[in-house]
Amino acid sequence: MENLLINHYEVAAVILFGIGFLNLLLQNNLVKKVIGFGIMDNAVYLFLASQGYIEGRLAPILVGETARAADYINPIPAGLVLTGIVVSVSVTAFSLALIQRLYQKYKTVNFDEIVLLARQKGDE
Amino acid sequence: MNKMARMKKEKKTPWQRFCAWVNGDAPEKALLPAEPPKPKKKKEVKPQKKKAAAPKKEWMGLTRFEHIYRVCAVFIGVIIVAVLMITVVQLPLFGSPDNPAENEVVERYVEDGLEETGAVNMVAGMILDYRAFDTFGESSVLFLAVTCVTMLLMRDRNNTDKDEDLLTAREHIVEGHEEDIILLQIAKLIIPCVLVYGIYVVLNGHLSPGGGFSGGTIMGSALILFAVSFGMIRMSRFFNYSTFRKITSSALMVYAASKAYSFFTGANHLESHIPLGTPGAILSSGLILVLDICVGIVVACTMYGFYALFTKGEL
Amino acid sequence: MSFIHNFPFFSIFICMISGIVTPLLKNGKWAYRLSLCASGAGLVLSGVLLGRVGPRNESFSFMMGHFPAPWGNELSVGPLEAVLATAICLVMLLALLAGRRDIFEDVLPEKQKLYFIMMDEILAALLALTYTNDIFTAYVFIEISTIAACAIVMAKDSSATMVATMRYLIMSLLGSGLVLLGIVLLYCITGHLLFPNLQQRVLELVATNQYAMPLTVVVGLIVMGLGIKSAMFPFHLWLPPAHGSATTASSSVLSGLVVKGYIILMIRLFYKVFTIEVIRSLRVTNMVFLFGLAGMIVGSVGAIKEGHIKRMLAYSSVAQLGYVFMGIGLGTDVGIMAACFQILVHACTKPMLFGCASALSAGRHHNKKLYALRGAAYENKLAGVGFTVGALSMIGIPLFGGFAAKVFFASATMAQPVKMWMTLLTLALSTVLNALYYIPAVTALWSKPAEGEAGEKQPADPTFAVSTVLFIAAVFFLGICYQPVVTLIQNGLALL
Repeated sequence: MENLLINHYEVAAVILFGIGFLNLLLQNNLVKKVIGFGIMDNAVYLFLASQGYIEGRLAPILVGETARAADYINPIPAGLVLTGIVVSVSVTAFSLALIQRLYQKYKTVNFDEIVLLARQKGDE
Repeated sequence: MNKMARMKKEKKTPWQRFCAWVNGDAPEKALLPAEPPKPKKKKEVKPQKKKAAAPKKEWMGLTRFEHIYRVCAVFIGVIIVAVLMITVVQLPLFGSPDNPAENEVVERYVEDGLEETGAVNMVAGMILDYRAFDTFGESSVLFLAVTCVTMLLMRDRNNTDKDEDLLTAREHIVEGHEEDIILLQIAKLIIPCVLVYGIYVVLNGHLSPGGGFSGGTIMGSALILFAVSFGMIRMSRFFNYSTFRKITSSALMVYAASKAYSFFTGANHLESHIPLGTPGAILSSGLILVLDICVGIVVACTMYGFYALFTKGEL
Repeated sequence: MSFIHNFPFFSIFICMISGIVTPLLKNGKWAYRLSLCASGAGLVLSGVLLGRVGPRNESFSFMMGHFPAPWGNELSVGPLEAVLATAICLVMLLALLAGRRDIFEDVLPEKQKLYFIMMDEILAALLALTYTNDIFTAYVFIEISTIAACAIVMAKDSSATMVATMRYLIMSLLGSGLVLLGIVLLYCITGHLLFPNLQQRVLELVATNQYAMPLTVVVGLIVMGLGIKSAMFPFHLWLPPAHGSATTASSSVLSGLVVKGYIILMIRLFYKVFTIEVIRSLRVTNMVFLFGLAGMIVGSVGAIKEGHIKRMLAYSSVAQLGYVFMGIGLGTDVGIMAACFQILVHACTKPMLFGCASALSAGRHHNKKLYALRGAAYENKLAGVGFTVGALSMIGIPLFGGFAAKVFFASATMAQPVKMWMTLLTLALSTVLNALYYIPAVTALWSKPAEGEAGEKQPADPTFAVSTVLFIAAVFFLGICYQPVVTLIQNGLALL
């Protein structure tokens, strides 16, 4: 139990992941689905970023001439989060564009209604 | 055949369906028997079925499927969260200096990073030199995303809307006639500052926090601000779809070419003839600066591209 | 270090660069030619590479940059990767050839260029997933192939494809979220991202029994995430609408290659990171095995109910992927060898079936309902023959590729009595079910059309003919001369 308190960033990340996951699955509103995806991805980044932190060390920007590994926090999670964020921006843009098209066609962002309308139009 | 219809069909018991199949009077399974009259029968039956399927019943069918789906989803979600919670308890402790991620990899990135990559900002050194292949993939993701958005939202004959065309036409008239003097003056003041700040962040990517992605976003916001305050018509005088294509493609080409050079020399143990410069100077750290600039350009164009495509459907 | 060792890197970069250059080209025709060149170049490079690493039985890792394993990105290449990469490039090339007419009909002229960008990037991503030696690179390329795959589904721009794309996108996002979380957890218990170092750390952890629970969760998350993306049984519902409604080349590439990319990655992770013994001891293989068996049945039942020929083929993909998962689930080298062979067979057969199905429907105003296709084979004999060959291979008639795969699956189970009975029974049942929908489809195609039903004859399509003939040759090659391929796969698995 103590570990849960110490690892509170990870705990928050896991809870957010669950919220995002369920939103992605359960929301009928497509925009809310995308928001759920955003929450889920950001939870993962929070988790990852918290892995790099080490008590009392500096950010990984070099100060002075020589560097000692014991002075700086881990730069890898920061880099991975950067990569991950760009990926999720791209995916979000793509899904929002798709939603805009669907809205144009069916005048609704409710996925169930869209599925039914598409079916009534006769699918090929 | 879709889920809806399948749901409806499943109301029959499997035995009834089997009997129906044996008797050959299940029209939707016309593919099974190959004798001639079948398909015609199916053709006749098909439209009737569509008419018979009243929307109300379909809704009910959907909700039943939805019901099961929802229960499953909540169940899976709760299980995942619970399992992850138990996992978190067993993970290395937050902020402790001896967790497994602190190993020889980090040591080399921090201690030899400056000497090997020339970058003061170790994160920049890591993503643009040690692990540059990931970052190349990441820029491609951005490129793909803007291509996809273009594919979806660029005006074409499938993607036109009378109301929206009217709206666009009216906006063009407004843009042509009315000029908000306060907006224009303040925009004239702010845009250069934003742009300069963006360029600063890009150019200092290897020295301080920042780099291509963050700086590119700032520059992109300057472009968006210009488009908002001066109107798309004036924007398109110097920035249209063809310039957009040329700029992003050539920036990515430079990126790909310089990375290909460094991968090729690295893998074949050839000497790379790119000077690293004095650490801390703007013109240092070899290819990282070039890559940062390329990424910055791509990101700025992409951000503006997203804005223009989402609002107007054109670039 | 020989110059040939650069070829994996060259093939990935050629595909990515041709994607980047494509927006500058004049029109879709040129973009199509460039895509053909890129996949052709990939085929030649992978072929030469296979010619070198195959006979010498050699495997090597290739530094992407100036820094070796734990620090920089790497590719790793062996006979298995070379075989798979050659097959991927070949199928991509042939799918583009077979789908040429439909691409230019279905995709709007101003968007055709963009479509080919997606094709190039998919090929690059698949090659990168096959070769990569770094788990985070794998994640980035998973995302590239996700976005590009969704884009080639929606390129047709009809209402059905839009809805199918949305569903596909949601499931894919779910899958990549889970994979990413798995990778992050793996990083925080091991501190590495490259396969060889990860494997070393994982074995240490298993030996000292540290972090046992997190390791299980990592494997579970990664398998679940990749399973969602490759339509493993309970998560297969997105596949039929997406693969059934897209344009021909997209359906071929998606069914034949994209879903396989994730499975290839899964196999490589099982061997190169977690090692197959650890995976077996975590009992993950048993789950995958059961899901595979269920997928084989559910996919076939779905196909039997389907009256739309392309969606029928898509359901059959679910069943065929079930075979692959079953092979992985056996958790033995022979089982995974059979799974790899099945990947090759399905990659050659399904694109041909999709190509032939749409060529047959071309004369019937693109009506893809089976009842509308009666006698269509007489109007396009080559497509009819291709469809028949594909169908017979899927059912598992001797001399066709599918039969060899089934024999390997059956013989792979001999060591495990419980799994043997389940596998053999399901194999038999699934063969019967396959026959239940493929045989009627083939007879319908070859039966005389009724009065007024016959469609007009289509003009000859040389690219389609070339690709179908090559596909048929590949199916027979895998069915008759499978021994060299199997030897390569076995050697490759031993070297992973």
